[in-house]
Amino acid sequence: MPDVSAVADSPPLVARRQPDYVEAPLRAFAIATVFWGIAGFAVGLFIAAQLAWPALNLGLEYTSFGRLRPLHTSAVIFAFGGNGLFLASLYVVQRTCRARLFGGEDAAWFLFWGYNFFILIAGTGYLLGITQSKEYAEPEWYADLWLTIVWVAYLVVFGGTILKREEPHIYVANWFFLAFIITIAVLHLGNNAALPVSLFGTKSYVAAAGVQDAMIQWWYGHNAVGFFLTAGFLGIMYYFIPKMAERPVYSYRLSVIHFWALTFLYIWAGPHHLHYTALPDWAQTLGMVFSIMLWMPSWGGMINGLMTLSGAWDKLRTDPALRFAVAAVGFYGMATFEGPMMSIRAVNALSHYTDWTIGHVHSGALGWNGFILFGMLYWLVPRLWGRQQLWSAKLANWHFWVASLGILLYITAMWVSGIMQGLMWRAYDHLGFLQYSFVETVAAMHPYYVIRALGGLLYLSGALLMAYNLWRSVSSSPAEASAAAQAAAAPAAA
Amino acid sequence: MFGLNQAKIERNLILLGILTLITISIGGLVQVIPLFAVEQTIERVGGIRPYTPLELAGRDIYVREGCYVCHSQMVRPFRDERERYGHYSLAAESMYDHPFQWGSKRTGPDLARVGGRYSDEWHVLHLRDPRSVVPASIMPGYGFLDRPLDYRDIGERMATLRAVGVPYTEAQIANARADLEAQARPESDGTGFGGRYARARQMDADADSAHITEMDALVAYLQMLGTLVDFSEVTPEQLRQQ
Repeated sequence: MPDVSAVADSPPLVARRQPDYVEAPLRAFAIATVFWGIAGFAVGLFIAAQLAWPALNLGLEYTSFGRLRPLHTSAVIFAFGGNGLFLASLYVVQRTCRARLFGGEDAAWFLFWGYNFFILIAGTGYLLGITQSKEYAEPEWYADLWLTIVWVAYLVVFGGTILKREEPHIYVANWFFLAFIITIAVLHLGNNAALPVSLFGTKSYVAAAGVQDAMIQWWYGHNAVGFFLTAGFLGIMYYFIPKMAERPVYSYRLSVIHFWALTFLYIWAGPHHLHYTALPDWAQTLGMVFSIMLWMPSWGGMINGLMTLSGAWDKLRTDPALRFAVAAVGFYGMATFEGPMMSIRAVNALSHYTDWTIGHVHSGALGWNGFILFGMLYWLVPRLWGRQQLWSAKLANWHFWVASLGILLYITAMWVSGIMQGLMWRAYDHLGFLQYSFVETVAAMHPYYVIRALGGLLYLSGALLMAYNLWRSVSSSPAEASAAAQAAAAPAAA
Repeated sequence: MFGLNQAKIERNLILLGILTLITISIGGLVQVIPLFAVEQTIERVGGIRPYTPLELAGRDIYVREGCYVCHSQMVRPFRDERERYGHYSLAAESMYDHPFQWGSKRTGPDLARVGGRYSDEWHVLHLRDPRSVVPASIMPGYGFLDRPLDYRDIGERMATLRAVGVPYTEAQIANARADLEAQARPESDGTGFGGRYARARQMDADADSAHITEMDALVAYLQMLGTLVDFSEVTPEQLRQQ
C-alpha cells in the first residue's frame, strides 16, 4: 500500500495521483535482507568462536575456517547488504521519480530471484571448496557470469525508472545508487577476468598474475567497500534520514561536492592494502595520498547526514529507526577517519596483517552498514506491509543497545589484539633477538577472540530481536498493532 | 567546463551515468596500466620457473581450502620480518601466480619462504593435527587431505595457465601426468621430470607410495615456496623496481 501518512502530511502532493508502485518484490527483498543478515552474523559468530576454540573446526572440510570465512563475508556484504541495497534503491527510485518501476513486477521478481540464486550458488560453492581465492570476489566464473546478467538487468530497471520519471531532477540518493551500480559492474568485470579450465568444470585461472593481479584485486576490493558498502549506502542515507527526520537534506551544495569528490577519489585508494609489498612504491604512494584525501568528502557526507537533523534532534529520543540511522552515520565518520589513518604507511606497517584491520572493517560493517539497514527496515517494513507503525519501539530500543554493546566489545577487542600482535611481532629482547615466536603471539590473542565472539553474539541477538519485532509488526492486524504500540508508548509518555 | 553544470547533469540520466563512469575510471587506469607496461615492475632475477604439476595441484588445494585467509605470502622489508621469515618477497616470485596469494591477514605466520624450513614429515603431522606439533596453534586440522589426488585434468589446467601467460612448454604439458607421478614417487626414474623442472625435488610426503594424495601435493607446494631465487647470487641492481 502506498505511504498514506506521508501524503496526508504533505498537502501539495494530494492533488497528484500516486503511481502504482511495485511493492511485492520489495517485500521479498526485505525478508531476504533480514534472513541473510541473521545467517551471515551467525556464520561470523561461529568462525569467531573457531578462532578462540579451534576444535570447532570439527575436522570436516565443509566446516573449516578457510571455507567458512568467505561464506561469512559474502553473506553479510552481498546477501545482507546486497538485498538491502536492492530494496532501498528500487523503493527510492520509484518514490523520488514518481514513477512505477521500469519493467514492473516481473522485472523486480527477476532481480530478486536472480540475485538470490547467485548468492546460493556462490555460497554452496564455498562450502565445496569452489573459489578463485580473490577476497570478496571468491565466486567462480559461472556464478560471475550469472551475476553479470542480473546486474545488467538491475541497471536497466533502475535507469529505465529514472528515464520515465515525472520529476525534472534526479534526486541525490539516485546519483549514489547509480554510481554504485555502474562502478560495481566495472569492478566485477575487471577483477573476475578468468579462463575456465573446462566448460563443464568449476575451476578457472584468473587472467592477471602476481603484482598486477594484486593491484587489480585491491582496486576491486577497496572499491567494493567504496561503492557497494559506501556509495550505495549513502544513497540510503540521503533518502531515509530526511524521511525519518522529516527535514530536507542539510546542504544541496555539499551533496554535489560529496558525490563527485567521493566517486573520483575512492577508486585510487586500493594500493593502501599493499603497503610494503612487492607493489612498486609509486603505486603505494598514490594509494596512501588519495586515501588521506578521501577523509574530507567522507566527513562532508557525514556532516550532511547529521546536520539534516537540525531542528529535529528530539526525534532521536522517540524514533528508534532514526536513532539507528544517525548512529550509523556516526560510525561512518569514525570508520572513515580510522581508514585514512591506517593507510599512512608508518601506521600500516604496524596494523597490516593484524586484527586491527578486522576491527576497522567491522566498525564500518556492523556500525555503518548494519545500523543503517536496521534503521531502514524498522521504518520501511511497516510501510511496505501497510501497517501504521512498528509492533514495539521498546524492543527496537533493546536491539539498539544490545547491538551497540556488541560493536563496542568487538572493536575494542580487535584494537587491543591487533596493536598488541603488531608490537609483539617486532619486539626484540635485550640481546637483540626477536622476543616472541609467532605462536606466542597467537596464544596471546585468545582472550580477545573470546571477547570478540561475545560481541558478535550480542550483535546477532539484537538482529533476532529485530526479526521478531518485524514479524510481529507485519503479522498482527493493523488495528491490533496500533493498539499494542499505543499501549507500549503510553507508560513512556507518562 | 564545456558548459556543464550540476543542474544540467542531474536532469540527464545518460550524461550523469557517463560522467560517473569517466570519474571512476581514471584512478584505476592510472594505477593498473603502468604495472603491465613498465618492464621494471618485475625484478630481473634468475631461478623463477612455473610450478611442477604436483606443486600446481598442491597450490590448487591451497586455494580451495582458503589458506590465504590466514596466511600471507608476502614478506615485508622490515628487520623483524627478515629475521622471522627471510629476504623480503619479490614481485618476480609470484609472477606465475594466477591468482596471487599475498594474503591480507596473518592469523598464522607468513608462508612466502616456508619451503625447506620443516621436514616433509613435520608438514604432514602438522596438517593432520596442528596441535600435535604446535600446542597453541588455532589452525584447523586437514586430515581429510589423506585422500587420493584427482589429477586427471592436470594437463588441461597447465594449458589454461599457458593461455593466460605462464610459459609452460609443449613437452611440459604433454608429460603433465607422468611428471606429477614421477615427482610424487621418489623411487621412480626422475630424469625426464628433472630435465623439465629445475630445482624440483622428488618427494613422497606421507611415505605412502601406493597412493598419490592431496597431502603429497600440498606439501610439495609448501616445500617449494620461496626457494626458487638464490639470493646469494642476486645483485642489488637486479632488485631495482620502478
